[in-house]
Amino acid sequence: MSDGLIRAAHDVLIVGGGGAGLRAAIAIAETNPQLDVAVISKVYPMRSHTVSAEGGAAGVIADDDSIDEHIYDTISGSDWLGDQDAIEAFVNEAPRELLQLEHWGCPWSRQPNGHVAVRAFGGMKKKRTWFAADKTGFHMLHSLFQTTLKYREVTRHDEWFVTKLLVDDGRVHGVVAVDLFSGKIQAITAKSVVLCTGGCGKVFPFTTNANINTGDGMSLAYRAGAPLKDMEFVQYHPTGLPFTGILITEATRAEGGWLLNKDGYRYLQDYDLGKPTPTPELRSMELGPRDRLSQAFVHEVEKGRTADSPWGPIVHLDLRHLGADLIDTKLPFVRELCLKYERIDPVHELIPVRPVVHYMMGGVHTDIDGATPLAGLYAAGETACVSINGANRLGSNSLPECLVFGARAGRAAAEFATTAGPVPAAIEAQAADEVRRLERDLLGKDSEGESTSAIRDEMQATMEDAAGIYRTGPAIAKGLDTLRELQERIGKVGIADTSRSFNTELLAALELANMLDIGECMLQSALQREESRGAHQRTDFPDRDDQRFLTHQLVHRNDDGTPRVESLPVTITRWPPGERVYGR
Amino acid sequence: MSTPRATEVRVYNRPMSTWWWTRRRTYFVFVMRELSSIFVAWFVGFLLAFVYSVGRSEAAYQDFLDWAATPWVVVINVIAAAFLALHVVTWFSLTPQAMDVRIGGQKAPAAAIIASQYVGLAVVSAFVLWLVTR
Amino acid sequence: MPSNPGSNPGSNSGSIRLQVTRYRPESDSEPRFQEYDVPLRKEWTVLDGLNHVKNEVDTTLSFRWSCRMGICGSCGMNVNGDPKLTCAAFLDDYAPGPIRVEPLANFPVVRDLVVDINDFMEKLPRVKPWIIRDDDALLDGDGEIDGEYLQTPEELDAYKQFSMCINCMLCYAACPVYGLDPEFMGPAAIALAERYDLDSRDHGARERLDVLIEHEGVWGCTFVGECTRVCPNHVDPAGAIQRYKVKAAKENVMAFLLPRGAR
Repeated sequence: MSDGLIRAAHDVLIVGGGGAGLRAAIAIAETNPQLDVAVISKVYPMRSHTVSAEGGAAGVIADDDSIDEHIYDTISGSDWLGDQDAIEAFVNEAPRELLQLEHWGCPWSRQPNGHVAVRAFGGMKKKRTWFAADKTGFHMLHSLFQTTLKYREVTRHDEWFVTKLLVDDGRVHGVVAVDLFSGKIQAITAKSVVLCTGGCGKVFPFTTNANINTGDGMSLAYRAGAPLKDMEFVQYHPTGLPFTGILITEATRAEGGWLLNKDGYRYLQDYDLGKPTPTPELRSMELGPRDRLSQAFVHEVEKGRTADSPWGPIVHLDLRHLGADLIDTKLPFVRELCLKYERIDPVHELIPVRPVVHYMMGGVHTDIDGATPLAGLYAAGETACVSINGANRLGSNSLPECLVFGARAGRAAAEFATTAGPVPAAIEAQAADEVRRLERDLLGKDSEGESTSAIRDEMQATMEDAAGIYRTGPAIAKGLDTLRELQERIGKVGIADTSRSFNTELLAALELANMLDIGECMLQSALQREESRGAHQRTDFPDRDDQRFLTHQLVHRNDDGTPRVESLPVTITRWPPGERVYGR
Repeated sequence: MSTPRATEVRVYNRPMSTWWWTRRRTYFVFVMRELSSIFVAWFVGFLLAFVYSVGRSEAAYQDFLDWAATPWVVVINVIAAAFLALHVVTWFSLTPQAMDVRIGGQKAPAAAIIASQYVGLAVVSAFVLWLVTR
Repeated sequence: MPSNPGSNPGSNSGSIRLQVTRYRPESDSEPRFQEYDVPLRKEWTVLDGLNHVKNEVDTTLSFRWSCRMGICGSCGMNVNGDPKLTCAAFLDDYAPGPIRVEPLANFPVVRDLVVDINDFMEKLPRVKPWIIRDDDALLDGDGEIDGEYLQTPEELDAYKQFSMCINCMLCYAACPVYGLDPEFMGPAAIALAERYDLDSRDHGARERLDVLIEHEGVWGCTFVGECTRVCPNHVDPAGAIQRYKVKAAKENVMAFLLPRGAR
């Protein structure tokens, strides 16, 4: 192979170094130390967005809890769109994964007797959410990252941005990527590839997500021919800080916080979520599921019962009755964030909050072992859709999902790599084409072209209008038209930065192209799902329609770049579709 | 294991100025604290010379006192006393960081550790004073 | 909406000047400053100001950022000479300006405000920042769950502070010892070693001491203490290093007094 074009050759290449990616890497290193495994990521692993998760990770461990109850909570939370075989596997394996992380040093909060403590969480009938105060994701990520340092066989390509999956004869053989440090564009080959690139909240203007959450893995898979699944389901978290969109964890409500409208009234009682009680009731009121709470906010706005802020309507999260001791022990990060970014102290003052885009239920379609329909390609974490989250994810299910399916995808990818043949020569030509495309279309471009940030702003505004908490057919269709115009415009984007090293302007343009693909998939799926289920609420189709839509929607990419939606049955095992009941 | 790369880009290494310690108050205090050690050494030497002369003879003791009263020795001793005070204050205030004192499982507050050192200093000084003046 | 804060409402009281380091390795022989005026808004951080520049004024400016909530550790820069997370440094705290924004001190500059932290990434594994036990039951694969290692809240509290490090590198930028001697292991790496040493589940203190007792380990530190002052998470690396020195000194005394077998 020609020198300079191929940077490295691995057995398994993991794209993304967050919770799922690092768990996959360790799983491979432990199950087959002979394999050459590498993690490639556009940021250093400890910068990955797992770091921002606050509240906790669900896994059945308490004596009064049971596997079946966690399964049922997850299924009903998903509005029966989650695959029940996947959910069963997930719930069964989550406690072992969380214990494994305990053995790897995660500083879980403890009971006085030394056992791991669990807290309540939204939509969960029992206390089963493990937590490390309110920096759970941070501690999990750093424990995983530091543990990977033990495995010298795990190679890392830090700060490399993957632009393309190399596919030949229906099989993935590696990637082409930009080394941000030097600006070099090179291929890295692998017998199997695991996508663990996280979510895509940046498709929207107001999100808890970090700057890096641009759905890169979803777009890579989609363009390579692997379908995306259930892309219409976008989770709005009910409590984000206005302006910044910084997440205020659901754990605030699990510890007893209240949501109040401008009249100081616990408004959730008006939305079939139960009756207010002084101490938190599980699966009731403030501990209802996120989709229902965010929807209730919209109704409060319509009734004129929300307060005003420079950034639109808000409600209040009241933690004052919890006291400084509890807040400092269990929610110290929340206090720190409020003091820093709102200049208020939640011990004495109300926290202004509003719903904010938080999580993508959809993602790359995989089976229960993280395998996509494209041979050699795997996915896990928020990038993937197995699906356990269906139409609405329960809080604290996503962190264990990264662990359970990260490990499963890693093992499956390792197994595939041991049986796969050598990388075909055709890959080299394909890689050279991609290098040429990037150099000619982007780096060699007229700097006077379209502005990346202008297109991004328009895309984000379009997505908020078309795919908000409540949606209508005509608005979605209009949004799709706008996105197609933006797809044209991004072809003419200008890059003024001519430097190769750390060209973040190039990076932003590539990320924006990824996000436009994802936005189109979301809107196309949303348009075709003519019902209301979980996080997908159509005012023109207000009811759940199990007759027509108890199905996943797979989005394939047509040759002309447009999305094509097909349906796939939901796996139902022991829990037939029923009514979602909270607070009664 | 991460991939090596520093050789691929001409990174810029910023030289560190000789006067780096004048650019921040905290750096300056640090350098003064380090410098104070020289004066601690001076006092040790001064005291040893004092004890030595006392042990030799009355005349030697008087010579030492005369020498100690010369202006340049007085000036050095005044400066040394100031640096010694700085030495005491800075090191006492750093002790809580170096020692993890726990009382009944709870971390002892830094102020308590610092205060206890001053109490200790006062007790020892009082004892020495008593020893000398009785 | 920090991705485009320019479109937001909010209190606007004029503008403030940023003096930003620019360096392009391909064409510049050394860094220089470039000035940008950005809106001075109560809610805006230095990072919001830089993003305003990136989106509206000069798209070629490069810097790292991600979470904008002080937890990912990407956006550390020297602001008016102090190492800061720019997502937590508010413009109006520096009013009327100008604000000098430079790449983190003591690291090689790659490009504009981006520094090369690979030195830290190579040092970190040397202090073995992971749980070390001979009896660790492998839970992966077919292993059965044998439950958690018990740890009381007091035992957790013993190391918790040192587990809060986000690897933001502010402490390295503040440390003159590291600036003068890049071989020095540095504050964050030693604090993380101490984090595992103090963890009741870990048995690896001996192995880590062997690394840190070396010259470029704890003894490089002269206790300037600036690392602790700039730490955004109150980790106190200076304290960790001094405690390591006590451990190392004890070890030396023991080695002097006792034959190897008795230790």
